Amino acid sequence: MNLVVRELSAGYGQGQVLHGLDLDLSAGRALALLGRNGVGKTTLVSTLAGLLRPTGGRVLLDGRDVTGWRADRLARAGVALVPQGRRVWPTLTVHEHLALATRHGGRTWPTGRVYELFPRLAQRRRHLAGQLSGGEQQMLVIGRALATDPRLVLMDEPSEGLAPIVVDEVAEALRAVVRDGLTLLLVEHDLHLALGVTEEAAVMVRGRIVHRRPTPDLRGDLPTMQRLLGVAA
Amino acid sequence: MPTAQIALTAMVNGLAIGLLLFITAAGLSLIFGMMDVLNLAHGALFLTGAYLAWWIGGEQQTWPSLGRAVVAVVVFGAAAGGLLSLLTAPLSRRSHLEQALLTLGIALVAADVLSALFGDDVRATEPPAGLAGTVTVAGWSYPSYRLALVGVAALLAAAVYWTVERTSLGALFRATVGDRDMVAAVGVDPRLVRGGVFVLGSVLATLAGLLGAPIYHARPGLDTTILVLALVVVVVGGLGSIRGPLIAALLFGQVESVGRAVLPGLASFLLFGTLAAVLVVRPRGLFTLAPGGRR
Repeated sequence: MNLVVRELSAGYGQGQVLHGLDLDLSAGRALALLGRNGVGKTTLVSTLAGLLRPTGGRVLLDGRDVTGWRADRLARAGVALVPQGRRVWPTLTVHEHLALATRHGGRTWPTGRVYELFPRLAQRRRHLAGQLSGGEQQMLVIGRALATDPRLVLMDEPSEGLAPIVVDEVAEALRAVVRDGLTLLLVEHDLHLALGVTEEAAVMVRGRIVHRRPTPDLRGDLPTMQRLLGVAA
Repeated sequence: MPTAQIALTAMVNGLAIGLLLFITAAGLSLIFGMMDVLNLAHGALFLTGAYLAWWIGGEQQTWPSLGRAVVAVVVFGAAAGGLLSLLTAPLSRRSHLEQALLTLGIALVAADVLSALFGDDVRATEPPAGLAGTVTVAGWSYPSYRLALVGVAALLAAAVYWTVERTSLGALFRATVGDRDMVAAVGVDPRLVRGGVFVLGSVLATLAGLLGAPIYHARPGLDTTILVLALVVVVVGGLGSIRGPLIAALLFGQVESVGRAVLPGLASFLLFGTLAAVLVVRPRGLFTLAPGGRR
């Protein structure tokens, strides 16, 4: 799914966070969105997912203007969200999560395929999500997003608060998403993960994208990483 | 009457009141828990159900009139639920105070309309033949209607519980209680969920009014009494839960009934004393979810 964002503005109340942001993401490509805390990465993801209404600009999916669409309509159009902070439904079982998401999709990613990707979820299919570990909850949220049969996946800090061994499992899931030809926009603080599964990286500063290049180039350019992201040399 | 029989009568009365309260409070809990809307017009729905039972069945119901009344309260409850959903939608992201003011206003208007239509007298209605007498078992006599009410209300309560806890529709309800935005993010239109919950909750309230009519009798002020009891049940049981209000309703049914039998002068103190005691021990109610899904 092609994503085109032009002059996008959004924020909370009187406070503007995005200031005329432009972004192009071609179908089947994976882009890491990097930046320090508070530059507007989560605001961008929330706006693209329909959880936050833009105050200006346009969002096009495959050439169709979807600016201001609600989250449910965007989800039905093929946009899936893996939100920051996991946000599982604590009183639903693992299986109920996937079944609820699959009711509106499940053609490419039926429940069985999600369980193949995350065998631990299959073992805990009857457990309540509120009883799962942080890593299992993250797997569940990724599985829930995939079960909606998306064409564009928005992921916001999927490795946040996870043990390194679980981050490896999450990385494998992201590679599966990319292999499947899905378009991926990945917001991630873990540079090893972000640059390991994407082809390009963009850096945000104060509500705008100020830098964009292929990930191998960025990985080798420590001065830029240090200047824009505060990475130690 | 021997003490054991008095106690048994009080306990079965408490069971009937408790189940009736649960059917009323379940809708209130779901609407608050899922939609974050404090619906103070819920008691007016109960009262309308009771008035419809009297208006269609008169002072002495028959089986056909009871059947017509059931259809009428279901249709009215569904329509009223849909209307309440539309009226409260613009305030869905506003504060509870604003929602409470709107729904309180609707409740006051509804109460005035009901008074204008049915007058200020108590509108008593008796159950149809076959349920009007008493049942005697081993020397213990008990009104047939109340016994039937226990059965019907228990079936309704079980159906509500099963729907919410065991079906995919219930999973959608519980997911909406947990995180509405994430329900929308998997493609479910929140307006449909909102409308569905209001319709279900309102139908349950009007049905409870119909079932409770021969006991409470339709009268001005009954809406407020029922609303306060339902709020107590929801607050104690835990917002957005079904199991909590069920346990709280059964508890308060016993406190109300047994309290009146044992300490008639202190019954209402017992009710609110129990409320206070539960909230001191469990300020978030018996079954409100803590962050992370722990109870």
